[in-house]
Amino acid sequence: MNITLQVWRQESADRPGRFVTYQVTDIEPDMSFLEMLDVLNERLIAQGEEPIAFDHDCREGICGSCGVMIDGLPHGPQLGTATCQLHMRKFRDGDTIVVEPWRAAAFPVIKDLVVDRSAFDKIIEAGGYISVDTGSAPDANLIPVPKEVADTAFDAAACIGCGACVAACPNGAANLFTAAKVAHLNLLPQGQAERWRRTEAMVETMEQYFGSCTNHGECEKACPKGISIDFIAMMNRDYAKAKVKNRRLLSQSN
Amino acid sequence: MGGPDRKDELVATEERRRDPWFVDFYRSAVGKKWVMALSGIVLLGYLVAHMIGNLKVFLPAVDGVPELDLYAQALRSLLFPIAPHGVVLWILRVGLIIAFLLHVHAAYSLTIMNRRARPVDYAGPRQYLAANYASRTMRWSGVIVILFVIFHLADLTWGIQPAAPDSWEHGQVYANFIATFSRPWVTAFYVLAQLALAPHIFHGAWSMFQSMGVNHPRFNRWRRYFAVALTAVIVVPNVIMPLSVLLGFVGA
Ligand code: FES
Repeated sequence: MNITLQVWRQESADRPGRFVTYQVTDIEPDMSFLEMLDVLNERLIAQGEEPIAFDHDCREGICGSCGVMIDGLPHGPQLGTATCQLHMRKFRDGDTIVVEPWRAAAFPVIKDLVVDRSAFDKIIEAGGYISVDTGSAPDANLIPVPKEVADTAFDAAACIGCGACVAACPNGAANLFTAAKVAHLNLLPQGQAERWRRTEAMVETMEQYFGSCTNHGECEKACPKGISIDFIAMMNRDYAKAKVKNRRLLSQSN
Repeated sequence: MGGPDRKDELVATEERRRDPWFVDFYRSAVGKKWVMALSGIVLLGYLVAHMIGNLKVFLPAVDGVPELDLYAQALRSLLFPIAPHGVVLWILRVGLIIAFLLHVHAAYSLTIMNRRARPVDYAGPRQYLAANYASRTMRWSGVIVILFVIFHLADLTWGIQPAAPDSWEHGQVYANFIATFSRPWVTAFYVLAQLALAPHIFHGAWSMFQSMGVNHPRFNRWRRYFAVALTAVIVVPNVIMPLSVLLGFVGA
């Protein structure tokens, strides 16, 4: 198949970017979107041009490295998958496809389609962990977790941190990412000790970098893992609780 | 984890709070959304009560005094003689004004925050899959509602011309009601403002559940039905009332 590609090219963060149009001919429909970019890059290199920079790693939808805006949709028109899992057969011969990086103040463009997502790391550093004493590894399944709780925590933990939620959000908010990371620990027994501090710290760190959720629900649709905005509601609930809980009294009750 | 920070992470009783609780909570965006939801409930409750009260325009006069005027007098003498005339009404008004100001201030500062979060917009066209007309026009519908409220107060509360009819008289609620909506441009403006209010109520009435974490798989879908029903309950009578006056069903 033959397609026309309009790709955002930007040399570096401080240089202005622009769309550049490429005719990409003889593409296999079974190629992934990233493989199509690989083919284009090889041709660009052969012509002595700078290849298009884009992030990728696992190419099987589990690492969260890839992710670009394709025709105005994060990860493109196929729902529930990352860019690396999108195949060219989803497009028609002769289509024009517009490719752009994520846009958010917290995600500055490094080059072309690559953005700096380290603001996500700041949120994780604020509380996206549990503290455990080291020593010999405990036996598996030593702490009983109800099946439903484990399933829900796993649904949240499926977040690969790609940033599609921020890219999709008209407000540039990272509430879905943060809520998923908060929920997958707050739901589990191992996460209880730091639950209220975690929620408070992660929400407040998030707000230093990102916008505010206005409940559009756009993030849920963009998420390659189909993470539900129900987790945002859980985070909002836990945040208010974190603010009103007297932790000294809490330590004396349950 | 590990290192010098670890002990700090494990202490669950440390108190870092310096500001009063509410100020601290309101400073965060999630806190502001809570305040928008709670103040939204106050405003929605007011809208429902206001609409029900106004339905008295359809009732016949009692001993020559319109039922709507009696209702207005009753509001002023709420809890009288326990409380002096007008005091309870003013307490309610102050509560309403505070809710309104908090709602507007939170919306304003969140809008600023969201603008900053995406200073450079997408260069190509965007497609939306979930964000609907209502959710994307909240700021504009909110501004229209503010302008409408100013006009509405000038018209029927303060009697400031040209918003108010020439015959406006303090306390003559029913007569003022009939006089103002006998003017086609006023009725048209009210109906348009109500239509702008409708999507605002719809998104708000759904969104408040999410903002306050009221979320349960068993009733989640009812949140949408509730939003539609509440919008209809408020907006439909509010559109019918001015139109009934203009078309001569009431007060002719
Ligand atoms: S490359 Fe790992 S998720 Fe796409």
